[in-house]
Amino acid sequence: MTEEAIKPRKRRRLKVAHPERCIGCLGCMFACSRTNAKTASLQDSAIKIQTQGGIEGDFRIIVCRGCQDAPCARACPAGALEQKPDGSIVFHEELCISCGKCEEACLIGAITLNKDKKPIKCKHCGACVAFCPHGVLELEEVS
Amino acid sequence: MPKKVLYIDLSSGESWVEEKQELFEEWLGGTGVGIKLLMEECPAGVDPLSAQAPLILAIGPLNALFPAITKTVATFKSPLTGELGESYAGGRLALAMRFAGHEAIVIRGRAERPCYISINDADVKIKDATSIWGIDAQTTGMILREREPGVGRRSIIRIGPAGESLVRYASVVVDTYRHLGRLGIGAVFGSKNLKAMVISGTERVDVPDPRKYREVYNKLFRTAVQTDVMEKYHDIGTTININVLSYLKGLPTRNFQSSSYPEAEKISGEVLADEYLFRRLSCAGCPIGCIHVAALKTAFSPHHEFEVRKVSYDHEPIYSLGSNLGVTSAKGALELIDACERLGLDAISSGVILSWATEAYEHDLITPQETLGVPLQWNNIRSYVKALENIVKAPNEFYAALARGVEHASARYKGREFAMALAGNEVAGYHTGPASIVGQIVGVRHSHLDNAGYAIDQKAAKKQLDPEQMVEEIIKEDDFRGLFNCLVGCLFARGVYTEENILDALGAVGIAKTKEDLADLGRRIFEEKYRFKAREGFDLARVRVPRRFFETVSTLGMIEPQTVEDMLRMYREKRGWA
Repeated sequence: MTEEAIKPRKRRRLKVAHPERCIGCLGCMFACSRTNAKTASLQDSAIKIQTQGGIEGDFRIIVCRGCQDAPCARACPAGALEQKPDGSIVFHEELCISCGKCEEACLIGAITLNKDKKPIKCKHCGACVAFCPHGVLELEEVS
Repeated sequence: MPKKVLYIDLSSGESWVEEKQELFEEWLGGTGVGIKLLMEECPAGVDPLSAQAPLILAIGPLNALFPAITKTVATFKSPLTGELGESYAGGRLALAMRFAGHEAIVIRGRAERPCYISINDADVKIKDATSIWGIDAQTTGMILREREPGVGRRSIIRIGPAGESLVRYASVVVDTYRHLGRLGIGAVFGSKNLKAMVISGTERVDVPDPRKYREVYNKLFRTAVQTDVMEKYHDIGTTININVLSYLKGLPTRNFQSSSYPEAEKISGEVLADEYLFRRLSCAGCPIGCIHVAALKTAFSPHHEFEVRKVSYDHEPIYSLGSNLGVTSAKGALELIDACERLGLDAISSGVILSWATEAYEHDLITPQETLGVPLQWNNIRSYVKALENIVKAPNEFYAALARGVEHASARYKGREFAMALAGNEVAGYHTGPASIVGQIVGVRHSHLDNAGYAIDQKAAKKQLDPEQMVEEIIKEDDFRGLFNCLVGCLFARGVYTEENILDALGAVGIAKTKEDLADLGRRIFEEKYRFKAREGFDLARVRVPRRFFETVSTLGMIEPQTVEDMLRMYREKRGWA
């Protein structure tokens, strides 16, 4: 096997580059649900903007960090969340047994469950990046 | 998606939901639905602070679905003017109502003791608020935040002590920094023993054609952020007007005694942005971020000990609590805005009342005995804060009169000619010419935002509009805004939402309308509101125009009383009322 063949291809990962620039418009959340769930909703979004002490306080941006050794995938007893060699996670919906173990496994709370108790997890597609008016979010390449 | 109205009766403690498909089909939503429900719910001639007077909140079909469609409209009978009360707020209220599944909320009756309403999707609870009665608006928000669910997707709206004391221009603070500000809705809350509402929900909206929805959304988003239609609102913000209007002789100063202000620079948007602005925020669903928040840092001891208050500012409060009170520092104006926030007072009305009182005090129409020793003088920030607190406490007849508005106070203490209200509502921060005056007189809620007469004056300054053309522009705006307020979009985004764009956006959520439908709806809403106004005793022919308007030069030069009279006559003719 050549070195090139085993070198994982670069994957893209969402990065919260400048959380302090957030203005709380929730544009990223709406972009995520509009693009990925085809709804207008806060519940369906894989990225969450939370306030701390109302809008007087700072915003918290909660989204998947794209862990290299992902605890959500490790916690999944059904093989529904599969981590690929490049580190990306693929969700096989047909295998999901709605147990919620992935949600528990993520310490930062980046996974929530939808109405069928299946994980809403960031795909690192970057739909939200385009709708952030303040450059809070970036899409980076991970080698 | 079924269109539902949530009814809450505070007297009986009951709540229920009614499906009202036809109401929303005919009146679309927002202000259209609001005025229809008010007509249905409000008995003619009712005391606006009685249990029989209703309170209505409504959103429109595009709220939380498209950029900058972020407002909620409240409809009620105004305790300030005794006729149509209507007030708009941004923040997260519209989003919370959308996802809780209530397109309109009707509140009836009066609770036996202080209460707040907690709405979590279909679950509606009326809870005891005795322990927070009397607490300022900010702290009330903090307490309820800890108690109630829905972090990040809820809205908390509440009154301060002014609403509890039934000050006729008390506001409702919405999510901090935003307000249902005008015409005394805070007093209506207070009269119902209603301290606050917390609303949150988890519903999702399935759009009929997701692809079309995304296309229209993207187009509107691009127009809002990549063109200059909203530019003015996100850099310096609305306070960019302070210097501009002062230069154009349109900035009301010291109770409209002057229209240009030599100290304007010190309270200008530029100075505020450079020295005090520390963050900008946005209403949920708007990419602009026009909410400008200043850090007001004050030393409370000589040992470097500071209080830091976060105060949001805009053109109107910087006029009413700044130039119009002869305030010469941004800090002074911010302190007064902060006092209004704490007490839950409308900033425009409060400033206009203080400016009238200052002049009345100068002319010895009121005495130091009446002010309880508070020297009401231009730029005396400490006195003004004290006076605002006294308005809320109403320790004597004088302050109780101020709490009823400038129309009432000037009827009691004289100084009518400089009591700057039109149709009972304290005027906004423009002395641009006759269209501003006429616009506020004829406007459905006597607000500068009914038809933006001030912008028509400024257009006239460049394009030489004659009075008749100005009247035509006012009518056009009256009707268009009636329609736009059915969607309850932010008026700052009116440039984004052209007729075609509105039709596209409605189409994307499955509402088919034509241009003619929209124009017709705008007119019908205007007429419906005037029916309510007339029923409650409003008569356009009897509106008092304070003489001061004609004594101070405006952007369009001196205004002749005859011009205003002529324009009102033309307005009546064109409306078919003559």
